[in-house]
Amino acid sequence: MADTHPAPPSRVTYDYVTRTIARTLGTPSRGYFLLLAGAVTLLAIGIITLLFLLRYGLGLAGYSHPVYWAVFITCFVFWVGIAHSGTLISAILFLFRSGWRTAVYRTAEAMTVFAVMTAGLFPLIHIGRQWYFYWLIPYPNERGLWPNFKSPLIWDEFAIGTYFTVSTVFLIMGLIPDIAAVRDLATGWRKKLYAITSIGWTGSNEQWRHYSRGYLYLAALATPLVLSVHSVVSWDFAMALVPGWHATLFAPYFVAGAIYSGVAMVITLLVPIRYIFRLEELITIKHFENLGKLCLLTGLIVSYSYVTENFIAWFSGDEHERAAFWYRAFGPFWWASWTMNICNGLLPWLLWFKKVRTNITALFVISIFVNIGMWFERYVIIVVSLAGEPYTNWTNAVYNPTWADWGIMAGSFGWFFMWFLLFVKNFPAVSISEVKEVLPPPRRGRVAASR
Amino acid sequence: MSPTLRLPGSVRELFSPPPKPGVLGVFGHLDTTIAAIKQLREAGHTDFTVYSPIPRHELEDALAQPVSPVRMFTLIGGIAGCAIGAWLSLWMSEDWPIQVGGKPIGSIPPYVVIMFEMTILFGALTTILGILLNAAFAARRAGKIMYDPRFTNDRFGIFVPAEAGKAPKVESILRSAGAEEVRRG
Repeated sequence: MADTHPAPPSRVTYDYVTRTIARTLGTPSRGYFLLLAGAVTLLAIGIITLLFLLRYGLGLAGYSHPVYWAVFITCFVFWVGIAHSGTLISAILFLFRSGWRTAVYRTAEAMTVFAVMTAGLFPLIHIGRQWYFYWLIPYPNERGLWPNFKSPLIWDEFAIGTYFTVSTVFLIMGLIPDIAAVRDLATGWRKKLYAITSIGWTGSNEQWRHYSRGYLYLAALATPLVLSVHSVVSWDFAMALVPGWHATLFAPYFVAGAIYSGVAMVITLLVPIRYIFRLEELITIKHFENLGKLCLLTGLIVSYSYVTENFIAWFSGDEHERAAFWYRAFGPFWWASWTMNICNGLLPWLLWFKKVRTNITALFVISIFVNIGMWFERYVIIVVSLAGEPYTNWTNAVYNPTWADWGIMAGSFGWFFMWFLLFVKNFPAVSISEVKEVLPPPRRGRVAASR
Repeated sequence: MSPTLRLPGSVRELFSPPPKPGVLGVFGHLDTTIAAIKQLREAGHTDFTVYSPIPRHELEDALAQPVSPVRMFTLIGGIAGCAIGAWLSLWMSEDWPIQVGGKPIGSIPPYVVIMFEMTILFGALTTILGILLNAAFAARRAGKIMYDPRFTNDRFGIFVPAEAGKAPKVESILRSAGAEEVRRG
């Protein structure tokens, strides 16, 4: 293992790692229950809003011609984007042999699974009649109908479905040795739960032999997958002839933006977890600094994409394209564009300073602003491009999200945080075996210590 | 379990084989474990099981294990997924032919996306299947052997299957290599 990981303090031994992480599964503090109650309340707001939408129809949301893709689709892209950095940290950095990923990847990966679960709800809410969602699936039916495989929306369904399945099995695979480790310490009903969920893991050489190989291939498969998923999401827009959408830049632009928002969300989640569970010795400042660097890198790619997008709109000489970008920056939605530009384009420049990268409070605040900025980026791309469409007679249409839009959005945050909080309390939120892998193994002889 | 539900002997043995006699050594260090593996191999033992809390290349090297066959599962699953993706999109388009955007009915470029996603999906699922099957077969070959809960925490372990007559020899190998604890089961 290369020495890219932070040198752990000497009292961090194998036993210390197991016990520290197993301790996070103990009786939760009051702060934890308060957070969980907050999440469940938000979810309840979302469920009530959804019931209203079912009873009275999608008219309750702020849709108005030509803005028929609005806050729900914005939230969909936002949550899919959040998911991406989890796979980046768990799969791509695994292939790059980055030792520092071990302490943070489990959180990131769980975030991926729950963010995709959240994202998947939005197309269903958006279609209005959730009970017909299975029409998306190619299944033999009495009308002999099949989906249109030339539509990016069907590609998206395949991409998101695959992403959800693969990231879930990847998370579960990584968990198995760690569940076995807590099984061997647990008592009572937890021991039974972990005995079943660790499916007989003992850490024998045959198990590790097949497991390590399989994990490598899963990482190798997940790496192109994560790049493909947000590319496909971007094609939902780029394949349409809407000024502001129809650009070849979209795939890399969306992938960079997705990882950017995801890394910010990892920071947002790790800061309270590290504090609540007292994991300061396992998740160090060095880890946060590395996440800050990742944020800076992807943030710069995103900023570059903003510049390119505007430059190409001007350089193309296409009057509709020019009008669309003028409308974005100086039209009635100017505040959304400038929120996006400031939060995503300017704020990450603070991360050039080591003082900022190593200051947890500063990182936490920046990460929240990046999340806000990335939500507005999707709002600008989706809603503002549609509202400013110069081909329609409804140019400069008035669009205002309603309480139904905000209620569903609040519910999505509740849904995500509820699952996440339940996960970190019931399963090891930091990988036990992989954190041990970057520690020097216990040796008795001095001869072998040079390796 | 009530006597009427009792499974026939051979089936019961499949699910709950009798414990295998042998010797279990518990090690606190990686290098002593590797020394024990080398000495056991020199003494002609090949069917022992090594427990470790983490995968280590040194252990793999000392055991001289062949590369896991999981890779064949991944390869076959990936190719099958790609083929299924191609079949799905091409056949279904032919079965309900609608012209979209002036493109041919069987239009490869958009279907590449479906083929790609299905490659990943089937590749990943067969990889999991490969891990589970191979690990299960290995566990079946090893039989019901001794285990210690410290092996997932900070101890390494070696279980050597041995009849009562050969056990003392194995015990002395494990002890001389540096085992903290040696048990017979």
